[in-house]
Amino acid sequence: MQDYKFITTSSPHIHSGESVSKIMYTVAGALLLPTAAGVYFFGIRALLLVITTSLACIITEALFQMLRGKKITIWDGSALVTGILLALNLPPGLPLWMAVVGSAVAISLGKQIYGGIGSNPFNPALIGRVFLMITFPVQMTKWINPVDGTTGATPLMLYKMQHVTTDYFNLLIGRTGGSLGETSAIMIIIGGLYLIYRGYVDFRTPLSYLATVAVLSFLLGRDPVLQLLSGGLMLGAFFMATDMVTSPISRLGKIIFGIGCGLFTVIIRFYGGYPEGVSFSILLMNAFTPIINRLTVPRIYGEVKAK
Amino acid sequence: MLKTFKGGIHPEYNKEYTNRKPVERAKLPSKVIIPMSQHVGAPCEPIVKVGDTVKVGQKIGEAKAPVSAPVHASVSGKVIAIEPRPHPSGALVMSVVIESDGKDEIYEGINPPKPLEELTPDEIKTIIREAGIVGMGGAGFPTQVKLSPPSGKTIDTIIVNGAECEPYLTSDHRLMVEHPEDVVFGLLAIMKATGVKKGYIGIENNKPDAIEAIKKAAKGFEGIEVVELDTKYPQGGEKQLINAITGREVPSGGLPMDVHVIVDNAGTCAAIAKALKTGMPLIERITTVTGTGVNEPKNLLIRIGTPFNEIIEQCGGFKGEVGKVIMGGPMMGLAQGLLDVPVIKGTSGILVLQKKDVNVEEPSNCIRCAKCVDACPIHLLPTTLAKFAQKGKWIEAEQYHAMDCIECGCCAYVCPAHIPLTQWIRLAKNNIVMSKKK
Repeated sequence: MQDYKFITTSSPHIHSGESVSKIMYTVAGALLLPTAAGVYFFGIRALLLVITTSLACIITEALFQMLRGKKITIWDGSALVTGILLALNLPPGLPLWMAVVGSAVAISLGKQIYGGIGSNPFNPALIGRVFLMITFPVQMTKWINPVDGTTGATPLMLYKMQHVTTDYFNLLIGRTGGSLGETSAIMIIIGGLYLIYRGYVDFRTPLSYLATVAVLSFLLGRDPVLQLLSGGLMLGAFFMATDMVTSPISRLGKIIFGIGCGLFTVIIRFYGGYPEGVSFSILLMNAFTPIINRLTVPRIYGEVKAK
Repeated sequence: MLKTFKGGIHPEYNKEYTNRKPVERAKLPSKVIIPMSQHVGAPCEPIVKVGDTVKVGQKIGEAKAPVSAPVHASVSGKVIAIEPRPHPSGALVMSVVIESDGKDEIYEGINPPKPLEELTPDEIKTIIREAGIVGMGGAGFPTQVKLSPPSGKTIDTIIVNGAECEPYLTSDHRLMVEHPEDVVFGLLAIMKATGVKKGYIGIENNKPDAIEAIKKAAKGFEGIEVVELDTKYPQGGEKQLINAITGREVPSGGLPMDVHVIVDNAGTCAAIAKALKTGMPLIERITTVTGTGVNEPKNLLIRIGTPFNEIIEQCGGFKGEVGKVIMGGPMMGLAQGLLDVPVIKGTSGILVLQKKDVNVEEPSNCIRCAKCVDACPIHLLPTTLAKFAQKGKWIEAEQYHAMDCIECGCCAYVCPAHIPLTQWIRLAKNNIVMSKKK
């Protein structure tokens, strides 16, 4: 019995079994719902786009890590999530080579340049999208109409330019023009609720984000339902603003973050040059994350409460 | 509404290995190794020599310092060595080794004291001190010291900790089921010794039989209330327990007495009852021997000083490929490298885990998921503290309240990146303390 070699690390000696890759693959799984809706409405071309960005993100990550002589961590699933998210934010008909450029920018400038997973201040998929919006503005605003395959305007564009509102039901299921994975609100909500149930998404961020947009829309005399269900708001609220790495860690911080996102979204949508402001709003709030963290350190047990 | 606290985790409890197994008396050990330090505070000094014969209950180590506790022989026999021996804490500690003569003769000086009604508070405290009673939940603070708060600190509430929130452990559970009257008697003695009228016994609701037994035993005693607690780790942490039961918060850097509370473990209460009823000092305790790596998990009544290997043999030996032997529970227990270390007063469990059940994953980058933030019962930011520790930023770590960490392990348990957060914070605490000493 004395010959045993025991492990003598310090406590705790057990673990929940949770892992980074489990979280990432679950998020990727939840993203399959809006992806499926995108493929259903926009055809096989949409699927091709998702596969392209996913592979491009994973390959970029591997290349970057090889060049820097670091451990290759493409199997943790985070590059895959970035790839899928980026595709869901793109017009379904975007030329594939542009999607590859966007993916490479997302991973290299959005993530690896800061030291890889966990160290990036901004959401990599949004960095990729915004880069594409600025670089290829024409192609990035060419929207396919899911009913007849022709190109047309998105619901937000229609509303902004001509004050035409889109049918709520079509907005909910996603039968409208728009980005590949942003159109089907219902699929995004189901995926998001699943992640909340699994504990991978804190409900505070999407709730405060959506509530802010709804309340401000109502107060400013716009249709809150249209605002909630159109554009990238749902995807942004459930899957982008909740990105663990780039959002605050305290509960109060998450609420402040969500309200800030909502505020910026409304300002850009109602008063800005763009019909849509979700990507910029979340990136702007990402920049505030460190300061929000510093200002929302929770009151610890027993602090200043001696009696 | 079940009482509880904010934060915490819900690990697999794994109590079914032993929670229905009545306490068995362990075999009389062939020899015992009795460390002179089994408590927080100054070690005591041996008062026997090699070659002396001793009897059960005889004092062999005298406590001279104010914060200390004497130790007693747990078997009758001959003192064969007085030397530093490995202790479950990992250090070498001066120990008295007694070879048992198998007769189990009781020391002549062991006599029941006066009944509790006739004892004065000071007499009760003296008996508790002389019996070598220390906190039996693991920390091992001398009980009599706890019962004598400095002047100016008033106590209005006693809490008996019967939460037993560590997974796997069932020693307090079985004690409360089998000897509830001892737990209640111990609480009454503490209340009398401190002049306090209000006593609570807090038990997690995953032990319905213990709650029922204690409720029955406590019936008719005024001022004693049994509180059902939510099953959540670390419900049995002193600060969490006080918060759940009284709503009070122990101030940062303070002690339970700062909010007028004394917390004692259920096992400690039973040891007090034994000393007051029979005069026998603390020479044995109930220990849960359990885990995936032991053949027959059991609750055993073990003489202090019995080496771990004798105990594990009595439980059918090891099963499978053993990874860790832990004194205590899986969340806060101490991993052992040797098996000839003795059971001490704070040994609530001996947990044997197979290799496959031990967390040995390589850490990866923090993804700032904040699971540690949500789990921390003190509401610290474990990830932030660990980052300060990794960079050696001790001042920042202190500003973020590293010293308030209770080392419960919740943060490291939930971390998906397998970062040893608790260890990093422990390192920060050590460095903060060292920088103060300079």
